Amino acid sequence: MNQPRTMFEKVWQRHIVAAADDPGGPELLYVDLHLIHEVTSPQAFAGLRATGRKLRRPDRTFATMDHDVPTDPRPFKILDPEAASQLAALAENCRDFGVRLAGLDSPEQGIVHVIAPELGMTQPGMTIVCGDSHTSTHGAFGALAFGIGTSEVEHVFATQCLWQARPQTLRLNFTGALPAGTTAKDLILHAIGRIGTNGATGSVIEYAGPAIRELTMEERMTVCNMSIEAGAKAGMIAPDATTLAYLRGRPHAPGAEAFGAAAAAWLELASDEGAAFDREVELDAAALEPQVTWGTSPGMVAPVTGAVPDPRVITDPGLRQAAERALAYMALAPGTRIGDIAIDRVFIGSCTNARLEDLERAAAIVRGRRVASGVRAMVVPGSQAVRRAAEARGLDRIFQEAGFEWRQPGCSMCLGMNPDILQPGERCASTSNRNFEGRQGAGGRTHLVSPAMAAAAACSGRFTDVREWL
Amino acid sequence: MTPFTPLEAAVLPLDRAHVDTDQIIPKQFLKTTERAGLGRGLFFAWRQDPAFVLNQPRYAGAHILVAGENFGCGSSREHAVWALMDYGIRCVIAPSFGDIFYNNCCKNGLLPVRLALPDAQRALAAGRLRVDLATQTVIGAGPAIHFEIAPAVKQRLLEGLDEIALTLRRLPQIEAYEAMHP
Ligand code: SF4
Repeated sequence: MNQPRTMFEKVWQRHIVAAADDPGGPELLYVDLHLIHEVTSPQAFAGLRATGRKLRRPDRTFATMDHDVPTDPRPFKILDPEAASQLAALAENCRDFGVRLAGLDSPEQGIVHVIAPELGMTQPGMTIVCGDSHTSTHGAFGALAFGIGTSEVEHVFATQCLWQARPQTLRLNFTGALPAGTTAKDLILHAIGRIGTNGATGSVIEYAGPAIRELTMEERMTVCNMSIEAGAKAGMIAPDATTLAYLRGRPHAPGAEAFGAAAAAWLELASDEGAAFDREVELDAAALEPQVTWGTSPGMVAPVTGAVPDPRVITDPGLRQAAERALAYMALAPGTRIGDIAIDRVFIGSCTNARLEDLERAAAIVRGRRVASGVRAMVVPGSQAVRRAAEARGLDRIFQEAGFEWRQPGCSMCLGMNPDILQPGERCASTSNRNFEGRQGAGGRTHLVSPAMAAAAACSGRFTDVREWL
Repeated sequence: MTPFTPLEAAVLPLDRAHVDTDQIIPKQFLKTTERAGLGRGLFFAWRQDPAFVLNQPRYAGAHILVAGENFGCGSSREHAVWALMDYGIRCVIAPSFGDIFYNNCCKNGLLPVRLALPDAQRALAAGRLRVDLATQTVIGAGPAIHFEIAPAVKQRLLEGLDEIALTLRRLPQIEAYEAMHP
């Protein structure tokens, strides 16, 4: 009998174009789908032009505009000249090299990691890359998906391949079931807190166990999205009936006749019984509480019923020093109860948590309530399709009646490359994925939470245990 | 890519761990369509503090950065590497690196060296270091310290090879793969 293999090994082996020159060295992997956006592609296109090289597979390349775009009502004039020229460069490059672009006027436009799955481009067993670290999102379908730098973007343009050293494997087993009021976001934040922001460096994570099987596709995407926050190269979840149900009928998914055969192959991807992982960690989902980050790294996280820790009790010197710096930056005293932290801003958006279910969860909390006085809250749907679906359900009205701003799709305040930013010293409850210093605006203070927790914070003006509001 | 020749230079010590690429080069500098000129954005927020290492005259002209663990974690932005190089950094020494950042360094000729912190600190007492990729050694105060690097990466850095040109020599294999997996 064949050696049992992990899902990662199956996908990897299927994509080897050339073996390593020396044992353990990089192998040449084929890339099935290359996603690009305006920020990390211009220098790669410039490289092609400078060398006179062609883009090998425009048909396997797909572009959108998300990072820089204003989220004002359309049509608008882009006031920032640098953003405007970067967006214009993408449009020109896509035209010249024959790449399909979901631009600002497209009904498909949105955050790259939201739209590829909803269009059915993201499929199990694929290799998917993008010049963006949250490419790990697509692993929710059992694809091997990872972020690359701009030099690698150029390499994929020219060759449709990448040299990659084989990463290690780490299986995170989640036992039990998520308790009411806790979500996929709490699960992944807690996991990052446990294994550390470099706990999975050099590894591909497979998320497994009963708690993962129960998750919807959108929730699985939230989990895989933040793999990079644990340092992982990628995160993967085995395809199952949930995956098939999501994909069936999507525009780029196999059509009715081909679907059955594709589905059978996809279900074969799951790790074999007895497959060996380099490491395995077990986490108990049933014990989870809603999570809130208190520092400037996603691993600095506490349950909403907890408190900001005292750095003096942290034994690792690097982590202690980082915690001390973080508390100074966040203007928080050790021992502060999470529930006593008041906020100024709320951001519901990003490729982590701006899909329809996320907005529905937040709206369920907001319905019949009002944004606390002094708080500015905004909802930025992840894509035009999410926006349309949310509006069809009346979610936009629920948010707006409560005092939220309802905006157009884009990365927005996840990284503040567009005009949506925090002012220095402002404190924000955010559904995004990074609470780094200045990430949402210079001097801004970010606390990462789930959409429901963000909605509750908006309405009470401070972090509130959403379980009390169910 | 410029070949990496033995480097003897002053060191810029950055006594911080888990430095993410948002700190190395913040978002307001990512709207460029060029690679050049990003040095002015290097550690932009931290640089506002006059006491920050980059502002101390004694570290001016340093070409080697020594930092804490997990350096370059977070965002994939290659701008972080371009900013370091534009500032004059040719080698970064840290106990560990973010994966994408490490790769990005290798693609640009910025040598990333994984060195345990006590080793790095001992060597640092000299204030200057000699980094020799061919022999995979860092020499400062005390005995030479060996570091690991993948042979293929080492060869490309030493020879300054264009990786895309090398891969395009494999075109028949790529075409064969595509024929088998339409
Ligand atoms: S939403 Fe944030 S994390 Fe996601 S792609 Fe955009 S900037 Fe990156």
